[in-house]
Amino acid sequence: MKKLILTIFCLFLFNSSAKAVVEVDITRGNLDPLPIAVSPLHVALGSIDVKEGEKVIKNIGEKISGVVEINFKRSGLFNPLKKESFVQNPDIAHIKPRFEDWRLIKAQALVTGKVTVTEDKLRVEFRLWDVVAAKEMIALAFSTTPNNWRRVAHIISDKVYQRLTGEEGYFDTRIVYVSETGPKTQRYKKLAIMDQDGANVKYLTLGNELVLTPRFSPTNQLVTYLSYFKNLPRVYLLDIETGVQEVVGDFPGMTFAPRFSPDGKKIIMSFAKDGNSDIYTMNINTRVVEKITEHTSIDTSPSFSPDGKYICFNSDRSGLQQIYVMRSDGSQVKRITFGKGLYGTPVWSPRGDLIAFTKVHKGKFYIGVMRPDGSGERLLTENFYQEAPSWSPNGRVLIFYRETKSDSEGKGFSAKLWSIDLTGYNERLIETETDGSDPSWSSLLSK
Amino acid sequence: MTRSIFLSLVFHSAMIILTAISLPFMMRTPVDLPPILSVDLIQITDKTSIPFAAKAAKTLEKIKKEEEERVVSEQAPPTEKKKEKPDRIPLPDDLNKEKKEIVKKKQNPKEIKDEIRQASEFEKEELFDPNQIAALIDKSKEDTAQTLKKDNKITQSNVKTSFAKGLTLSQEDALKAQIFGCWSLPLGLPYHKNLLVRIKLKLKADGTVLKSEILDHARMNQPGQGFYKVLAESALRAIRICQPLRVPPTGYEKWKDLQLNFDANEMLKG
Repeated sequence: MKKLILTIFCLFLFNSSAKAVVEVDITRGNLDPLPIAVSPLHVALGSIDVKEGEKVIKNIGEKISGVVEINFKRSGLFNPLKKESFVQNPDIAHIKPRFEDWRLIKAQALVTGKVTVTEDKLRVEFRLWDVVAAKEMIALAFSTTPNNWRRVAHIISDKVYQRLTGEEGYFDTRIVYVSETGPKTQRYKKLAIMDQDGANVKYLTLGNELVLTPRFSPTNQLVTYLSYFKNLPRVYLLDIETGVQEVVGDFPGMTFAPRFSPDGKKIIMSFAKDGNSDIYTMNINTRVVEKITEHTSIDTSPSFSPDGKYICFNSDRSGLQQIYVMRSDGSQVKRITFGKGLYGTPVWSPRGDLIAFTKVHKGKFYIGVMRPDGSGERLLTENFYQEAPSWSPNGRVLIFYRETKSDSEGKGFSAKLWSIDLTGYNERLIETETDGSDPSWSSLLSK
Repeated sequence: MTRSIFLSLVFHSAMIILTAISLPFMMRTPVDLPPILSVDLIQITDKTSIPFAAKAAKTLEKIKKEEEERVVSEQAPPTEKKKEKPDRIPLPDDLNKEKKEIVKKKQNPKEIKDEIRQASEFEKEELFDPNQIAALIDKSKEDTAQTLKKDNKITQSNVKTSFAKGLTLSQEDALKAQIFGCWSLPLGLPYHKNLLVRIKLKLKADGTVLKSEILDHARMNQPGQGFYKVLAESALRAIRICQPLRVPPTGYEKWKDLQLNFDANEMLKG
């Protein structure tokens, strides 16, 4: 028996030593953006030019790849390589890339594609290649009307982004914002909508009335916003597709920042009743208004968590404006910010892991993020005046607006839309036709 | 009653005396523990009179001199860089050739080849574990070497572990440094998830990869683990870009099976 045990023990020992493998921990890597080659999409023989209004787009393949390239560059996660260094022709690269050639220019991923345009149809197929492993990663094709070519470019960008980063993209999205024109003392504000890269701007209101704080519904079809009619604040609902506008309700006193609940059935906002500002929800179908907070202080800027169970808001109940979190029924109110300065405009990330906010401290405005329990506060950007952060659908990028200093007559004033990612290093101006403020990011249009 | 009080007093005072006597001893023991790292490495190799190749012997002399010069700053803790120095000294090819020729003269070439590998390994790692090599070359001193090894295990446990793993610290560092440069970390990974990918490699003697296998492969297809696939692919890409890997020229048997644990948590949580 003893011998048997000894033999088993020896066998075990031998076995374990035979399987001993040298282990090396790799805990550091290269944080530079991934080098990616976006080959111009090959236009198939017999394709016609795309007409966009009066404009004729000659090489649609190059245009699409150009939009994809700009998306990648703006994301900060990719480094699109210069087209001049490409050795292989787009048509051959799309069929069978010579990976050695692409490896030579240090590309790690390659996007190739083919476009076929007929009178009323645009067909785009694309492939994503892993240059190092010499294998195909995705191959997809889309058919749509020719004037939708920019959307196709954004969808391709999203697919590539998702495949290479593991998280959803945010390129096929829209931004609704307040377009501003005129001098500082007499601004004309119109509701506007555009693609996330600033293209395809459309104005949704005429500019006769002051509009504020537009917000997308979860389905992206509706926008809720605040407008003043005869100096009285009104909350509106606007259907983007049909253009039909509806008054949700007239509310007394100051009303702020209506926002949809994650299920799209309610609007949450704050308004002043009997001189005290509290948070209310309103059921869109029944129009029943429910009071959520009951406090003598000013409670404003409510935002639901993505699961709808919690609400974050700002309140001055502690004497200074700070951020609080409570359950969606108004119970268990808990203060989460204790830093120096004032905290406002909290917005819960679509991923649920962070809350973005505006902080004012020593005359400077900061956009920052923190965890929902108030820990891990990180200030991403600082400026003279900036506020109203809104999350991209994947919770990686924030859009906000920034105003410049002006003299007493308002000269030098401008309001622009900016974006910044969670690293705090990738800050970008979003080009718009006019000045802009109060941006709100839609969710992904195509899922 | 008085008796029990008396007994209690006696026992209590006995306990107090015992504690008073034993506690200082207990306190003293840890003081005795810290071993002094005077590892007599050079002396042993001198005794064993290993037939070092001329260049290797010169190298050792250089190291000796350097160490002698360092006496002034003897109390300063040794840094990793100091350890790297001897490993950076390249072993010339002709050195290996010479040894192979010696081996051919002997009767059992297979066994001796292994020994030669050990010896050359030693020439690179003499500062870490000379006793093992001494035992291999001079079998008459095997017993002594083993006892010394046991002693060293207390004082040089880290170095021993590294040697037992098949790569010395500096060899491991060289490999890491190579892969750090090749690994483009996907920056969109969720930083609050488990971001560890373990890849098992089968290597050729020149460091090129014969076979690679992701150990937690099943995780790739699990719902909500899309990022893991991306991370694993980036790790595989890094290995492909890097190959041939910077592995030691000797000791192939020890590192031919290599496991790389790519851990992005530290970097992304930052």
